Amino acid sequence: MKKLLLLGDEAIAQGAMDAGLSGIYAYPGTPSTEIMEYVQGSKMAEERNIHRMWSANEKTAYEAALGMSYGGKRAMVCMKHVGLNVAADPFMNSAVTGINGGFLVVSADDPSMHSSQNEQDSRYYGKFANIPILEPSNQQEAYDMAYEGFTLSEKYRVPVLLRITTRLAHSRSGVKRREVLPQHSLNLPQDTKQFILLPAMARVKYRILLSNQPNFREESLHSPFNKYFDGVDKRMGIIACGLAYNYLMENFRNGSIDYPVLKICQYPMPIELLKKITDECEEVLVVEEGYPFVEELIKGLLGTGVFVKGRLDGTLPRDGELDPDLVAEIFWKGKPLPHKTPDWISRRPPMLCKGCGHIDTFLALNEALKDYGPGHVFSDIGCYTLGANPPYNAIYSCVDMGASVTMAVGAADAGLFPSACVIGDSTFTHSGMTGLLDAVNKNSPVTVIISDNQTTAMTGGQPTPGLNRLEKICEGLGVEPDHVRVMVPLKKNHDENVKILREELEYRGVSVVISRRECIQTASKKKRAAKKSKKTNT
Amino acid sequence: MKTDIILAGVGGQGILTIATAIGAAAIKKNLYLKQAEVHGMSQRGGAVQSHLRLSSRPVASDLIPRAHADLILSVEPMESLRYLSYLSEDGWLVANEEPYKNIDDYPGMETIMNEITSLPHYVLLNADQIARKLGSPRSSNIVMLGAAIPFISGLDAALMEDGIRQVFARKGEEVVEVNLQAFRAGLQISEEKIKKI
Ligand SMILES: Cc1ncc(C[n+]2csc(CCOP(=O)(O)OP(=O)(O)O)c2C)c(N)n1
Ligand code: SF4
Repeated sequence: MKKLLLLGDEAIAQGAMDAGLSGIYAYPGTPSTEIMEYVQGSKMAEERNIHRMWSANEKTAYEAALGMSYGGKRAMVCMKHVGLNVAADPFMNSAVTGINGGFLVVSADDPSMHSSQNEQDSRYYGKFANIPILEPSNQQEAYDMAYEGFTLSEKYRVPVLLRITTRLAHSRSGVKRREVLPQHSLNLPQDTKQFILLPAMARVKYRILLSNQPNFREESLHSPFNKYFDGVDKRMGIIACGLAYNYLMENFRNGSIDYPVLKICQYPMPIELLKKITDECEEVLVVEEGYPFVEELIKGLLGTGVFVKGRLDGTLPRDGELDPDLVAEIFWKGKPLPHKTPDWISRRPPMLCKGCGHIDTFLALNEALKDYGPGHVFSDIGCYTLGANPPYNAIYSCVDMGASVTMAVGAADAGLFPSACVIGDSTFTHSGMTGLLDAVNKNSPVTVIISDNQTTAMTGGQPTPGLNRLEKICEGLGVEPDHVRVMVPLKKNHDENVKILREELEYRGVSVVISRRECIQTASKKKRAAKKSKKTNT
Repeated sequence: MKTDIILAGVGGQGILTIATAIGAAAIKKNLYLKQAEVHGMSQRGGAVQSHLRLSSRPVASDLIPRAHADLILSVEPMESLRYLSYLSEDGWLVANEEPYKNIDDYPGMETIMNEITSLPHYVLLNADQIARKLGSPRSSNIVMLGAAIPFISGLDAALMEDGIRQVFARKGEEVVEVNLQAFRAGLQISEEKIKKI
C-alpha cells in the first residue's frame, strides 16, 4: 500500500480509524487539534459514520467517549496536556471502572510551552491512574500505537494513554497503513455493575486494576515498541524514551553506537530491561522529552546505587524541549558553527491581527477603566490573551480556562472594585459558565466581558459551542436581563462602547457585556469558501 | 542523497504551502521525508519556521541539527537570518527581499542586506513584486519555491510542477496556472544566478 504523508496527529487519527474507531471526542488545544480535524475531513469517517463533533470541554469529551466505550464500541478522546487536568476526574475513575469497547486517551504535551501555560508531562497521569502508556518515537509508531492501543485496552479492559509531544504531533512523515478492521456493534458490558463506583464495588474494581500491574509490565517487556540494543562499550548505557530516541540516533547516523541502548516507548517500564542495562553499564544516561520521569524513578530519591545522568544532574537542561543539538552536546562538547545568527535580529512575537475585534474591546475597556488605575481585569486563554502585550497592557491574569470569571469573583470578595474579566466565547462555554453561576448566587459585583468572536480562534477557528446563545445562557444562569448588554467592537462605536462598559463596571452586581464581532480570519475563510462553492455551482 | 531545508517566514505568509508542495513531490519520488511544522500560537503574525528533511535513507530526527541545513528558504529577509546557525558551511540561503514589518524595532534594510550578501552562497529576489506582476500577489511563496529548486537535490522542476498542481488542484485551473507561472519565474532567477558563477 502507498505511504501516506501524515502529521503525528494525523497518523493517530488514521490508525484509530483503521482499527475500527466508532467515535472521537475532543476539545481543541495545540498540539492535539489536528487529530479531530483529520477525522472530520476524512471520507472514511463519513462512510463509517464515526462520531466526530467537538465537545464543550475535555471533561465532557472524556465522559462521552467513555459512554461510547460502555456501548461496546471503540472510542478515542483527544486533548492537550492541560486538558487532561480538566478531564482528570473521569480519567482517574475510568481506570477503576475499566472499559468495555477499546478506549484510547490521547494527551499531547507541549514541552517548551510553544502554545501553553505549562509543560506538564502526561506520563505522570498514566502512572497515577495505573494504566499502560504508549509514547511513539515517530509517525509510523503513532499510527501503530493507535491501532494496537485498542487491542491492549480491550485485553485488560482498561483505558490506554497515548502520550505525544508537540514536535511529533506537528511533524509529517510517510506512514504505512494496515488492514482496516470492522467497527464493533452495540454491546453492553456483561457485568451490569461494572461502571458503578459505589465504595464497595469501587474497592473490588480497584483491586482488579492493581492485580493487573504485573501483566502491564509483562506487556511492556514483550512490546515491539521497547527494544534493547547491545553495545560493546559498557562504560555507559543509554535509555531513550519516545521521540528522544530519534535525537539520539540522529547523532549516530552511521548507525554505529557503541553503548548499549534501551528504547522505551511503552510503560509501565519493563523492569528486566532496566535491570539489564543498569547491571551491565557503569553509568546510565536517560534522554527523555518532558520531565525527568524515568530518570527520577531509576535514580530513586536518595540517588544511591545506579549512577544516572540526565536532566537532574545538569547533563541536559531541566526544562524545555530536547533537540538533536542538546543531545550532541553530551557527546561532542562545543563544536564550532560555520555561521552564527546575528544578535540584532528582532523578536517577532505573535500578535492580534489587524482589525481584530478584541483590539476594539480592549481599547474601549482601557478607557472605561482609566480612572481606576491598573489591576482590575482578569483574563483567560485565547487570542485575546495577547491583550497582555503592549500597546494594550489591558489584562492582569491568564491562568487556566475559565479562571478569569472566578478570580474576578474572589478578588471582588477581597474588596477589589471594579472587578472585571475578559473571556472568549469558547472559553466561556468551556468553563466560565459555572463561575458565573457562583457570581449570580452571591450577587458578586463583577463585570464579565465576553469577547465574542463567534469562533474558537486561537486553535484555528473551530465552531464555538454557544454560538448566538450567549445572552440566553447568561440570563438562564440568573444574570438580570438589564445587565446583559451587547456591543459591537468597532472603531466607530468606541464612545458608545466606553459608555456601556462604564455603566456596567459601576453597577454593584453581576453584569455581562457581550462584545460581539466575528473573527476576521474566520469571516474571510467563510467568504472564500462561499466564493468557491458559487464558482463550482455555476 | 539528503537535503535539509529550513523554511522561514512570518505566520500567514504561506510557508506551510511550500512545505506541502515539496512533501508531495518527495513522496512521489519515494524519498524518506520528515517535515516539522509550527502550528498554534506563533501563527498569529509571529516568526514561524519549518524543518524539512529529504533523504534516500530513513531520517531519524524531525529537527535539523545546527550547521546541517543545505538550504535556508525564507519568504522574508530578516527571518532568513534568524536561523543562520542552522546553515551548513557551504549551504545556500534563498530569500525574498520584501520585508514584512509588523514590529516597531525592525532593523535597517541595509544591515540585513549586508549580512545576507556577505554569505558565500545566496540568492535574493523580490518575490512579491514578481507575484504582483503576474496578477497574483498571494503566489509570492511559490515564486520562492521556484527559486529554491536548483538547491534541492533529488527533486527537479517537472516533479515540483506536479506537486504544485496537486496542492492547488482544489482551487481550480486558473489558480494552478498562475502558480506554475510564479514557480517558473522564481526558478529562472536562480538558474541565472548559478550560470554566473
Ligand atoms: C484546558 C485547556 N483546553 C484547551 C486549551 C487550548 N486553547 C487555548 S485558547 C483556546 C480557544 C479559546 O477560544 P475563545 O475563548 O473563543 O477565544 P478566541 O481565541 O476565539 O479569541 C483553546 C481551545 C487550553 N489552553 N486549555
Ligand atoms: S485570529 Fe481572529 S480572534 Fe485571533 S487575533 Fe486574528 S482576528 Fe483576532
